Amino acid sequence: MENVLLGSSSPHIRSTENSSTIMRDVLIALLPATLASIYLFRLSAVIIIAVSVVSAVVAEYVSQKIMKRKTTIGDLSAVVTGLLVALNIPAAAPWWIALIGSVFAIVICKQMFGGIGNNFINPALAARAFLLASWPVIMTTWVKPGPDAISTATVLGIIKPGAEATGDALPGLFNAFLGNIGGSLGETSALLLIIGAIYLFARRIINWRAPFTFIGTVAICTAIFAFTSLDANAPAVGFEFVMYQMVSGGLMLGALFMATDYSSSPITPKGQIIFGVGCGLITAIIRLYGGYPEGVSYSILLMNVATPLIDKYTSPKVFGEVK
Amino acid sequence: MGLKSFKGGIHPPYSKESTEKKALERANEPKIVVIPLLQHIGAPCDPIVKVGDLVKVGQKIGEASGFVSAPIHSSVSGVVKKVAAVDTASGKILSVTIESDGKNEVHESVVPKGTLERLTSEEIVNIVKEAGITGLGGASFPTHVKLVPPADKKVDTIILNGAECEPYLTADHRLMLEEPEKVIFGLKAIMKAIGVEKGYIGLEDNKKDAADVLKKLCENEPNIEVVVTETKYPQGDEKRLIEVVTGRKVPKGGLPMDAQAVVDNVGTAAAIATAIQTGMPLIERIVTITGDAITTPKNLIVKVGTSFKHIIEQCDGYKSTPGKIIMGGPMTGFSQFTDEIPIVKGTSGVLVLTQEQSITPEASQCIRCGKCTQVCPVYLEPVKIRNLSIHERHEETEALNVISCIACGCCSFICPAKIPLLQSIRISQQAVLAKRRNK
Repeated sequence: MENVLLGSSSPHIRSTENSSTIMRDVLIALLPATLASIYLFRLSAVIIIAVSVVSAVVAEYVSQKIMKRKTTIGDLSAVVTGLLVALNIPAAAPWWIALIGSVFAIVICKQMFGGIGNNFINPALAARAFLLASWPVIMTTWVKPGPDAISTATVLGIIKPGAEATGDALPGLFNAFLGNIGGSLGETSALLLIIGAIYLFARRIINWRAPFTFIGTVAICTAIFAFTSLDANAPAVGFEFVMYQMVSGGLMLGALFMATDYSSSPITPKGQIIFGVGCGLITAIIRLYGGYPEGVSYSILLMNVATPLIDKYTSPKVFGEVK
Repeated sequence: MGLKSFKGGIHPPYSKESTEKKALERANEPKIVVIPLLQHIGAPCDPIVKVGDLVKVGQKIGEASGFVSAPIHSSVSGVVKKVAAVDTASGKILSVTIESDGKNEVHESVVPKGTLERLTSEEIVNIVKEAGITGLGGASFPTHVKLVPPADKKVDTIILNGAECEPYLTADHRLMLEEPEKVIFGLKAIMKAIGVEKGYIGLEDNKKDAADVLKKLCENEPNIEVVVTETKYPQGDEKRLIEVVTGRKVPKGGLPMDAQAVVDNVGTAAAIATAIQTGMPLIERIVTITGDAITTPKNLIVKVGTSFKHIIEQCDGYKSTPGKIIMGGPMTGFSQFTDEIPIVKGTSGVLVLTQEQSITPEASQCIRCGKCTQVCPVYLEPVKIRNLSIHERHEETEALNVISCIACGCCSFICPAKIPLLQSIRISQQAVLAKRRNK
């Protein structure tokens, strides 16, 4: 035979899924919440999202060129990071906050540690923490949805145990669930984030372990608090307090889209459960006893750093191994 | 839903449509057969014919040279032309080339061996051994060895493997559908040989027609049960099959016998039936010739020693320029560098992929999705082993149980970064085994 046959090690067929199709699916899943943020916050949301995404992609391209690496902007992971950065920024923030956040996420957190798959912390969350530490006022100035940009406190700020009263009215629970409240761009609508996540579950991009244990742990901890230690005159009490804790702040965005980040969360099934429970505990402690009303991003960042250790001690037992 | 299954595994495209409805056909008579003297795991056979000898169908031409070995027989009648090392699917191997005289005269030794009731266990084992029967699922382990378990292993279950979880292949499917009596007869022979009361036939639910036929035939066989499993790769791996059928787990590093079970392929059972009923040793087998580069995919009964090229011609040749010729299925088969090699006892399929399908995808960086760990049916961590293997840190992969890898290929299949995980694991596995041998 003249034709040259290809020889290779088995298997000879591969799944059609690849890194870019996964990132594409994550973008699709974030679409409802993204569109909602544009609907709620109008032009300011558009500007922040556009600046974040474009600067993330450009930062990835330029840093890979400088470091003489292969350009991988085609895998869409920079787009995902840029969008997540945007969703973590308040609507009233100026455009350069988005730019700095994305560049920090891509250059410092991702490319300096080796690019996709090698970042030990979630780049978008690290960017949020960086921005919050550097520009605390900008990063905590929330506005009500709509064209008027009236400033407001977040739901979590209003119901924060032990904090001084903010003077703002607590939005209805249903409005909080729908997202018609103040908060970062992507944190407002629990409903749309859940819809997006259902798509990712169905496509088997993410699994239940980290998100369910994360949300479940927060629910249990806040419930125990609500029924034992919460002041009876608090803005929200009992079961209502727990529900507000569930649907507001960064919990849904964090648990569904950040704690499931491949690079910075454990690979092993058992490890993902430990990761989720750990995130839930830290979130609850910060929200209930800490200085900030919100603790999702710090909880995930702290668990990110623990990931290599968790992975190391949760290796699955090989088939047929006697305990 | 509700079907029995195991943890891990994948759902590749099964691609069985092109041959699953095609009845078995006898392949055209080959003019020349090249019969390798090593077609099994174990010691090669010694040739007992020389150039110029006249041989007949079923005549022994290679004598087993150890206990873990299986004799080789001629599949045609004719003249021995050459006894020399030639290219085969497993490299250069001493082989007997026979020019067929087209008469297919049967050798005198080929006579029916009697009924199962009259034969003793020892006689059955001996028939299987003399007929050169090896595992027809692909691994080609001499079957008689499995029929005499060591005294300290108590076997109470025989499982016939009809899972055929490899995509594309339909040889076992058609066998179970068209010759179910032989399969069941073979199972009874194995049960009698080992002295076991309970037999199972396990197959995936994408072969419902075959399952129905077998179930109907087993209605009055209280000792034989047909178990239909979920269609999931690698259900046909014997340890997965034992777990799904009996609920027992073979201990790490153990053999099926450690779970009191012996697993044989349905094709092996049918070959045993033929050897007992007609006396004909294993000289032919069912082969699925398939793949997108084959014009007319078929399930053919092919004589051992027939060249791939000869039977591909009978399938109206190549539809497009072939990119890969694989012996076996796409998940575990071996890619070949030529089509001028012989079909052997272990050739369950000849799969020809197009040039486009044969391109090895370029690997990108691991994104730590963990899918390889989720799909591994042995519960290994392929990416962890791979990261150590590429730096030749084989001591550490040994601690991660690299030896337990069954080379199913699920990890490489599922990897979105297209990293050749199994390839790295194999390298480490071989390094660890080599080290153990040198100790």
